Amino acid sequence: MNSTIAMITFRAMLGRRRALLLLALPLLLLALSVVLRSTGYDDLDVSEDVLQKFGLATLLPLLALIAGTGVIGPEIDDGQLMYVLTKPVPRQVIVLTKLAVANVLVVVFAVVPVLLSGLVLTGTTARMTPAFTVGVLVGGLAYTAVFVALAVASRNAVTIGLLYALVWESLLGNFAPGAKSASIQQWALSVTDALTPASPVRASVGLAVAVPLLVLVTAAATALATYRLRSLTVASAE
Amino acid sequence: MSELRLEGVSRWYGNVVAVNGVSMTVGPGVTGLLGPNGAGKSTLIHMMGGFLAPSSGTVTLDGTTIWRNPGIYRHLGLVPERESAYDFLTGEQFIVAMAKLHGLDDPGVAARRAIARVEMEPAAGRTIGTYSKGMKQRIKMASALVHDPPVLLLDEPFNGMDPRQRLQLMDLIRQMAAEGRTILFSSHILEEVERLASHIEVIVAGRHAASGDFRKIRRLMTDRPHIFLVRSSDDRRLAAAVIADGSARSVQLTDKGLQVEAVDFQRFTWLLPRVSRDTGVRLWEVSPADESLESVFSYLVDR
Repeated sequence: MNSTIAMITFRAMLGRRRALLLLALPLLLLALSVVLRSTGYDDLDVSEDVLQKFGLATLLPLLALIAGTGVIGPEIDDGQLMYVLTKPVPRQVIVLTKLAVANVLVVVFAVVPVLLSGLVLTGTTARMTPAFTVGVLVGGLAYTAVFVALAVASRNAVTIGLLYALVWESLLGNFAPGAKSASIQQWALSVTDALTPASPVRASVGLAVAVPLLVLVTAAATALATYRLRSLTVASAE
Repeated sequence: MSELRLEGVSRWYGNVVAVNGVSMTVGPGVTGLLGPNGAGKSTLIHMMGGFLAPSSGTVTLDGTTIWRNPGIYRHLGLVPERESAYDFLTGEQFIVAMAKLHGLDDPGVAARRAIARVEMEPAAGRTIGTYSKGMKQRIKMASALVHDPPVLLLDEPFNGMDPRQRLQLMDLIRQMAAEGRTILFSSHILEEVERLASHIEVIVAGRHAASGDFRKIRRLMTDRPHIFLVRSSDDRRLAAAVIADGSARSVQLTDKGLQVEAVDFQRFTWLLPRVSRDTGVRLWEVSPADESLESVFSYLVDR
C-alpha cells in the first residue's frame, strides 16, 4: 500500500462528476427501499428480489466496474500512470493500492447501500440483511480484482466488463445453467444463501465450490494485474 | 557520471519495424536525438525509460538493465511527451507527491527546490489544469528533477512552446548538463538540436543514420547536393551559364522554371546572382526544392 498513490486515486475518482455517477445507483436503491417500505410492499420475497436483483446483480457489478476500471484505466489511457511508474515503487504495491481504493469505493457505494436498504426493507429478519451485505462484500472483492486486471490488460475494459456482467451473468445465466456456475454473482449469492435461512434466497452453486472460486479468481486477477503492469506498454509508443 | 548504452536494439510491432538495430552510447552532456516525425525517436526513448521492452538487443544504464527494473528510476528522470499530468492537483501537490513516491527524506524541501529550479514558484499553488502548455512542460520537468537524477530523458520537450519558454528551457537544460548530468532529448527540428546539443544522434525510419558532433553533421547536411527551383526572365540562357561554371551537376528546364542540382552549395549561392547579372537575366524566384528535413535525413541515410 502506498498512501500517495491512494490519495491521487481517491481524488481522481471523487473529484469530478464521477462521484455523482457513483452515487446515482445507490440512491436509487435506497429510494426504492423507502418507497416499498412505506407502501407496505416489504415482505420477504419482494425484499429478497430487490436486494438480489438490484443490489447484488445490478448495483454491485456496475459499481465494481466503475470503481475497478476507474482507479487505473483512465490513468493508463491519458498517460498519467507514467508518473507513478517512473518511481522506484514495486508494481504489486501499485496494483494492491489501486485495488484497495476500488474496494473502499465499492464498500461505500455498494456494500453500505445494500446494508441500509436491507435494514429499511426487512430489518434483520431471517438474517437476510447481514447475509446480503456479506455476499455483496465478497462478490465486490472478486469483481473489483477482475475489473482492475481487465483495465490493466485491455483498453476496452469497460465494454468487456459490461458484456460480462450484463450478457454473461444476467442474460446467459437465465438460459444456460452452465453459465451460472461461472459467475461471480452466483458465487456471492451462494455465500449469502449459506448465511440466511430465508427461503427466497436460492443459490445455484454450492458453497464448497463458490468460496474457493471466489478466492481463486480474486488472487489470479490480482496476480495478472501485477504481471501486466510490469510490462505495461505506454499508449504513445504504439 | 552516468552512461546509457544501447546495443543492437530493435523494436517491432507485429511486422512493422519501429527501431532497427540501433547501437549508441549516451554520456554526460546534452545529446540531441534528431529525426523526422515517426522515425522511432519516441520508441527509443521509451525503451531507454523502461516503458517498452526491446524486441532484441539491450538497453542498460551504467551496466544495469532498464527493462522491468523500477529501481532504475532512482537514477533516471523522464519527461514524457504527452501533456497530461494530474490536472486536479496543484503544481506543488503534484511535485510533493512525486517526491514521496521516490521515498525522499524530506519531500517538501525537495519539491520546493525542484519547483524553484524550473521557476514555477508563483504558479505552484494553482491546479495544473489551469497551466499553459509551457508551464505544464516546466512542472513535468520539475517532476523528473525532484530526486536529482544523474540521467534525464526528455521526449520532444519543446513541442508547443513559445520562443521565450523555449529559451528558458534551453537555459535550464544547459545548466543541468553543466552539473555533469547525462541528458538526452528528442526533436524533429534541426535548429533546436543544433542550439542545445553538443552531440547528435540522427534516427531515420528506425535506423541510426548518423552520430557525432553537430558541426560534422551540419556539414554533412549542407554538403549534399541541393536542388533549387529558379524562375527568371530567360531560363534557357541562365541554364547555359550555370552549367558552364561547374558548381551545378545538372540543370533541367521544366514548365515551373529551371531546376538546378547544385553540388557545391556555397559556391552556387554565391555564383547565381553574379551569373544572372553578367548575362543580364532577371531572377524572379529562387527556392530550395528539397529543404524539408526528411530530404536531409534521407540523404544521410543513403550515404
